[in-house]
Amino acid sequence: MADQNHKGGSGHDNVEQPSRRKFLVQAGYAVGGVIVGGALGSLIRPSKKTENAPQTGEGTAADIKSYNRAPMFFTQEQLGIVSAATERIFPADDAGPGALALGVPFFIDHQLAGEWGFNSREYMSPPFYAGEKVQGYQGRLKRREMFEIGLRELENYSQTKFTKGFSELAAEQQDEVLKAFESDEVKLTTISASGFFKMLRSSTLEGAYSDPLYGGNADMNGWKMRSYPGNQMSYTDVIDKDFAVIAPSSLQDHLSAH
Amino acid sequence: MAKTLPKTDVVIVGVGWAGGIIAAELTKSGLNVVGLERGKERKTEDYFMVHDELRYGLRYELMQDLSKDTVTFRSTEKIRALPMRSYGSFLLGEGLGGAGVHWNGQTYRFLPYDFEIRSKTIERYGKNKIPDGMTIQDWGLTYDEMEPYYDKFEKLAGISGEPNPLGGKRSADYPTPPMKKSPALSMFSDAASKLKLHPYMMPSANLSEPYTNPDGISRAACQYCAFCERFGCEYGAKADPVVTVLPVALKTGKFEIRTHSQVRRILHQGGKATGVMYTDVTTGEELVQPADIVVVTSYVFNNVKLMLMSGLGKPYDPASGTGVIGRNYAYQVLKGNAAGFFDDKQFNTYAGAGSLGVSLDDYNGDNFDHTDLKFIHGGSISLSQTGMRPIANNPVPGGTASWGAEFKANSVKYANRFLSVGGQGSCMPFRHHFLDLDPTYKDAYGDPLVRLTFDFEEQDRQLALYLSGKCAEIMKEMGASHIDQLKELGPYEITTYQSTHNTGGVVMGASPDTSAVNTYLQMWDAENVFVVGASAFPHNSGYNPTDTVGALAFRASEGILKYRQKGGSLV
Repeated sequence: MADQNHKGGSGHDNVEQPSRRKFLVQAGYAVGGVIVGGALGSLIRPSKKTENAPQTGEGTAADIKSYNRAPMFFTQEQLGIVSAATERIFPADDAGPGALALGVPFFIDHQLAGEWGFNSREYMSPPFYAGEKVQGYQGRLKRREMFEIGLRELENYSQTKFTKGFSELAAEQQDEVLKAFESDEVKLTTISASGFFKMLRSSTLEGAYSDPLYGGNADMNGWKMRSYPGNQMSYTDVIDKDFAVIAPSSLQDHLSAH
Repeated sequence: MAKTLPKTDVVIVGVGWAGGIIAAELTKSGLNVVGLERGKERKTEDYFMVHDELRYGLRYELMQDLSKDTVTFRSTEKIRALPMRSYGSFLLGEGLGGAGVHWNGQTYRFLPYDFEIRSKTIERYGKNKIPDGMTIQDWGLTYDEMEPYYDKFEKLAGISGEPNPLGGKRSADYPTPPMKKSPALSMFSDAASKLKLHPYMMPSANLSEPYTNPDGISRAACQYCAFCERFGCEYGAKADPVVTVLPVALKTGKFEIRTHSQVRRILHQGGKATGVMYTDVTTGEELVQPADIVVVTSYVFNNVKLMLMSGLGKPYDPASGTGVIGRNYAYQVLKGNAAGFFDDKQFNTYAGAGSLGVSLDDYNGDNFDHTDLKFIHGGSISLSQTGMRPIANNPVPGGTASWGAEFKANSVKYANRFLSVGGQGSCMPFRHHFLDLDPTYKDAYGDPLVRLTFDFEEQDRQLALYLSGKCAEIMKEMGASHIDQLKELGPYEITTYQSTHNTGGVVMGASPDTSAVNTYLQMWDAENVFVVGASAFPHNSGYNPTDTVGALAFRASEGILKYRQKGGSLV
């Protein structure tokens, strides 16, 4: 797996990785500056009093702690590679935030942890034969397995070509690696490099623009960037008018409307 | 051993549009009807959280669970068919209301030409106009005979619209006025008029105003919320079986719906059905529902599968061209379009409705001269504003990188500066396009998957190019800064979404040699079996199929009632 190739470098500049102590304090599992003994037990039964529960519909991403921002599936190394790669696919620019600030890596992680990662509503029965391109994916691997292999191979290729991990490469070098995957210049035995890249690209866009309930599109900033109003109840009053920017609302807003 | 239940007058397999209409019509006439639906129950309140592009649009919440049942696909008989493992080309419905819950509501009548396509093509261009292998045939009835049924369906659903200036004659106006026109629709309309074409507001099952139908069902007006295709309607404004026909049938006290019921065989003896065998998917128990009349109203693929699994009707053999079950599979040629990027104008395309649009039929059917063209028929051309949801819609001008800084900048810039004019091309049947049972792959109950053999033909390639050229002419007139259009159709691929308009397989006609059912959708080979749906279309026209499916369901209802009184073959 991925840690076979781990060279021990810090390498994850793009992902905030607080110390365990800092994490526990921030998350409210410490009382009076002393971490409660048996940290595992505390994590399972957090005290309601010290929990920093977000207030529905108030505040901004900056002042609300999102407990959603923790990996369910990826290792921290995998999360680092995904963070670096998705930011290259959808970089921050003058128009607005990129994949990282939008929470795309956590979105992808959460999706892979669930039924999408297990291909649970897809036909996965044997026999498996290589097919024509027009027949679509015919492999036996699930998306979560393809991601694990794809990320490991991104790392391997980076090490071979640049003697550095993917996350440590300069942006141009990361692009070069991604292009080599996109064009199948990299030949993999288990999965199609371009197929993996395609999945990485499409899930990046999903994370940038799906409802924030899934962990991406932080604070609806993906929608704001492109003047998309999100989840409105009605456009009857504007449908026959010229374009106007409408402040977006999310499914959480819709919930309170009922 | 399967448990046998008390007999009913009629059993319906699949409770979507066709099943729902027939259930309503028959129960109103006093028959007892059992509806078997393999999926779950559904109601309007289920959709309060429906504005979720990821869950419904990309993870297919309302669609058939492919882990249990799918189809296999091959381009030609020469290669091995492989399962459609994940969704792409088309989306299969499941659950109460079927695909009628997540349709867009575009409710076109087919053209008079469609029903007599073979005769009219030969009459105008001669026999040589029909290429080898193209198995078009007349439908066995004319547009004039279909018209009253179209009218019934349009009144049932409350279709909002204005007459198609190039369509067949109407006995009545649409029951509700056209929808509101967005600025983009007006631009298309004005440009088309300048080009001396004949635009009209797309006929819509998204109600333009509150409406009460002849059955006394009242529904609210559409809110243009932009979540129609792949989504259910939380307002009940989009006509679907759950908010129209099913309550009517249930109110009679003569309709029983059993969900989670997968029908696997039609039981028959001596040329007549005795009932159906189904599996209760929650328990695995096999049950037999005896009935005087069996009506098959599931989606195209399962209609065909049930016939083949039950040994009803002669299976189609592409080598000899004989047999009828699985014959004349057709689809839709949807790629002939033109994409326009507008540097100086933004549009409110985040808003919309499934059938908010303007269409024209100048290049559909035989409304134009095909003498020098290498195809027959054509397609409707439209600009529709269904709501450009942000994950699925990131248009960038041709030549833009598909990811990275340039992609992001252009996709954000053009998010509200993009319009598309699209051609919905008809699709002709060919001798080697067909459905049968896959020899290798099985569904969750151990029955074979349906095998689909299909590819685009020269007819389709020529048609798509022609339509994209016409679309580009209109887009140019609309003033787009940059236009991208289809350059080549390419092979049919099951991986990218095109259209859930699969047709044929149990087609209707005037002769048992070339059709499985007569014009009442009654099987030639089993007089108490009716097979209703787009499976009856001998070819697919340049339109969405639901109006024609609804009309045929009304005609089948009439036929079933006639058969109940007199017995025997209805034609």
